[in-house]
Amino acid sequence: MNKIVKSIKEAILLSNLKDGMTISFHHHLRNGDYVLNMVMDEIAAMGIKDLTVNASSLFDAHMPLAGHIKNGVVTTVQTDYIAAGLGREFSEGIMKNPVQFRTHGGRPADISTGKTPIDVAFIAAPAADPMGNCSGKYGKSACGSMGYAFADAMFAKKTVVITDNLVEYPLQDYSISEDYIDYVAVVDAIGDPKGIVSGTTKITRDPVGLVMAANAAKVIEASGLLKDGFSFQTGAGGASLAAAKFLKDIMLQKGICGSFGLGGITGYMVDMLKAGCFKNLLDVQCFDLDAVESIKNDPRHMEISSMQYASPASRSAVVNSLDVVILGATEIDTDFNVNVHTDSNGYIMGGSGGHSDTAAGAKLSMIIAPMMRARLPIVTDRVTCVSTPGKDIDVLVTQGGIAVNPKNAELRQRLKDAKLPIIDIEELKAKTEKITGTPRKIPKGDKVVAEVICRGGGVLDRIYNVK
Amino acid sequence: MMRRSMLFLPGNNPNMLINASCLGADAVIFDLEDAVSPAEKDAARILVRNTMRYMDLGGCEVIVRINSVDTPYWKMDIDALLPHKPALILLPKTASKEDALIADNYMSEVEERLGLETGVTGLMPLIETAAGVENAYAIASASPRVKALFLGAEDLTADLQCKRTKEGREIEYARCRLVVAARAAGIDVYDTPFTDVNDDEGIWEDARLAKNLGFTGKASISPRHVEVINSVFSPTVSEIDYAYEVMEAIRRAKEQGKGAIALYGKMIDAPIVARAERTISMAQALGIGRGDN
Amino acid sequence: MEILKNAFAGTMESSDAYVEIMPGDGNIEIQLESVVKEQFGKEIEEAIKDVLEENEVKSANIRVVDRGALECVIRARVETAILRGKGNE
Repeated sequence: MNKIVKSIKEAILLSNLKDGMTISFHHHLRNGDYVLNMVMDEIAAMGIKDLTVNASSLFDAHMPLAGHIKNGVVTTVQTDYIAAGLGREFSEGIMKNPVQFRTHGGRPADISTGKTPIDVAFIAAPAADPMGNCSGKYGKSACGSMGYAFADAMFAKKTVVITDNLVEYPLQDYSISEDYIDYVAVVDAIGDPKGIVSGTTKITRDPVGLVMAANAAKVIEASGLLKDGFSFQTGAGGASLAAAKFLKDIMLQKGICGSFGLGGITGYMVDMLKAGCFKNLLDVQCFDLDAVESIKNDPRHMEISSMQYASPASRSAVVNSLDVVILGATEIDTDFNVNVHTDSNGYIMGGSGGHSDTAAGAKLSMIIAPMMRARLPIVTDRVTCVSTPGKDIDVLVTQGGIAVNPKNAELRQRLKDAKLPIIDIEELKAKTEKITGTPRKIPKGDKVVAEVICRGGGVLDRIYNVK
Repeated sequence: MMRRSMLFLPGNNPNMLINASCLGADAVIFDLEDAVSPAEKDAARILVRNTMRYMDLGGCEVIVRINSVDTPYWKMDIDALLPHKPALILLPKTASKEDALIADNYMSEVEERLGLETGVTGLMPLIETAAGVENAYAIASASPRVKALFLGAEDLTADLQCKRTKEGREIEYARCRLVVAARAAGIDVYDTPFTDVNDDEGIWEDARLAKNLGFTGKASISPRHVEVINSVFSPTVSEIDYAYEVMEAIRRAKEQGKGAIALYGKMIDAPIVARAERTISMAQALGIGRGDN
Repeated sequence: MEILKNAFAGTMESSDAYVEIMPGDGNIEIQLESVVKEQFGKEIEEAIKDVLEENEVKSANIRVVDRGALECVIRARVETAILRGKGNE
């Protein structure tokens, strides 16, 4: 017996996909992914309609999805992140039902508890054997970790592995095992390697980014959390990566050995592992080639599922053991609510990803952002969309000063003692507006185009169309 | 005015200019010379002028590197910028006393023409030719407007027909010569930038060397170097403690009507007192070391 | 000041503005594109007019593509374009 089918179309037929069902995709191939488009094109050609697409993230490589929405093939979208190009389409109101935004932890929680059941999961796999054991570590389309695909594989009614690298049974060192897989479809290419992982990420040369990064590292140093056993996550933005570099310097200088680095993993975190800053990396997604190489070769660099990473429905999740997380923001308001879903004009251009999960779990949640972007102040009276509630954010680091959430008086005192440039968030807002001017408010549309669903359930905020 | 670090910012780059005060440097140098192509000299001049006119740059001191006196731009640079009171004009390719005086005289002329207070803006000759190094003392003492010398090693090594190296043996003489000339004239002296922005160790060594040779501070082309320079050129806790002990010894000696005094077996003379005073005022400005005693 | 020829200044980079100026037909025509038009469109137009007035430009077609520049930057770019468009001095 083997599970190999002749084509994606045959897998769809065998899986018994019908109008109104839910299909799912993971996003480890990021902007290089071919699989979502290939599957959707087949489904559309077969005349199936009214589907729900549950994708852990959507990139601009998935622009054809907009066409499937306009044609009624897809009528509901559940995701954790939508890139700017596709986001614009949703903001302009191409879909009747609002997008359901979840977090990287909330998505697998709702899948595992049956709130958002999946009928057919399509799992892009850089390596797979004929029985469906699969891995992201090997092959021309290697992406490293496949952390976001586990919940889909484990809880979908039918599961289709799609690979461009069929290997002999049994695949050594698989991530997802054959007992979850129904069919295996082999295609020429599941993605464009150039879009899957970036090359080696270089430290930012933007002077403002460097200043913020240096301040971020000093905040961590002064927080009292930086000691042996320290755990850390950072984003893939330029300033966040530079912060990791500066943090590494401090850890090496002080001889601090941390416990683990978490998250989407970049070469910077790999460098920290190699330098002895951490004992382990826990990796739900790889961002660059260095990370892919490391997860393949270094047993200290471990793959974790999104359920283990961040699901509030799990018996425990790593985010709850996390000391410090560095996160980004498109806007933050004077109550420290953070927007990462829309730009300041209200267009969808992102999503929570693991933002809210790590902010809720970590002991110190730090936002790093410039005072202004293109003349728009980062600090507002009220964010366009609440992605992560202010109660979960401890501190905002900008080039114009460090604003501590008043709820964390201890941190404020520590930063003050360390002579870091702290500033009241209202004052920071005023200081920025003195430079930029006060922006006029953008009028909201009258149609809800997306709902932001709390990691624990319930609607946190709504995103309206842009007129 | 404490001026440990000076950061060069390209004069036609709005994003850099508007963030000038956030980059941690004691002074920024808005560059109208090498960082700006000939076709954009006018645009950069107006942009820098507007930045100075409209932006609140907080406590960050502004220096402008204008174009050299053998170009058609330098007078326009001074015309446009002097009304906005930069702390210093950095004058490139200053090779002689005469070069410095040409700029000085024109600055005075503009001040008079526009009814500006005389001498608010100082002159800092950039010494970056072999002739400039040889004429260092004459340049440093050319006029009261000359407030500091500035070493530019990139152009200098080209003029010397040698290779610029990280270790800097080739500019050792120039460094020492400039420090001696500036100190003899009673003015400040600033060291050339360390140009490898990715060498985190090298900048420490280079900055320490400059401090040990007697430089007042050091320029930089990368904000990554600013913090290192500030740290190297700030007084250490033991230097501050010693300075307070010197002042205390002086006070006691005065009380007791003694003339000559010694501390740890060493005579305290006027230069030591002057240095102690400088250290204490710097420490107070930085908020480090002990408080008021 | 009279605009005698087409001229441009600035760049399309973020935080900068690109300005084109052309001789006009006796009045001022302003065409503004901006990434922050909703938030700051009025202020930007005012600033452009102000610089034209300061330089006594009474007739010109001016096109500004603003990439989120601060007002002092827009003013600088407009002034540069005016000076470049005034002829062969």
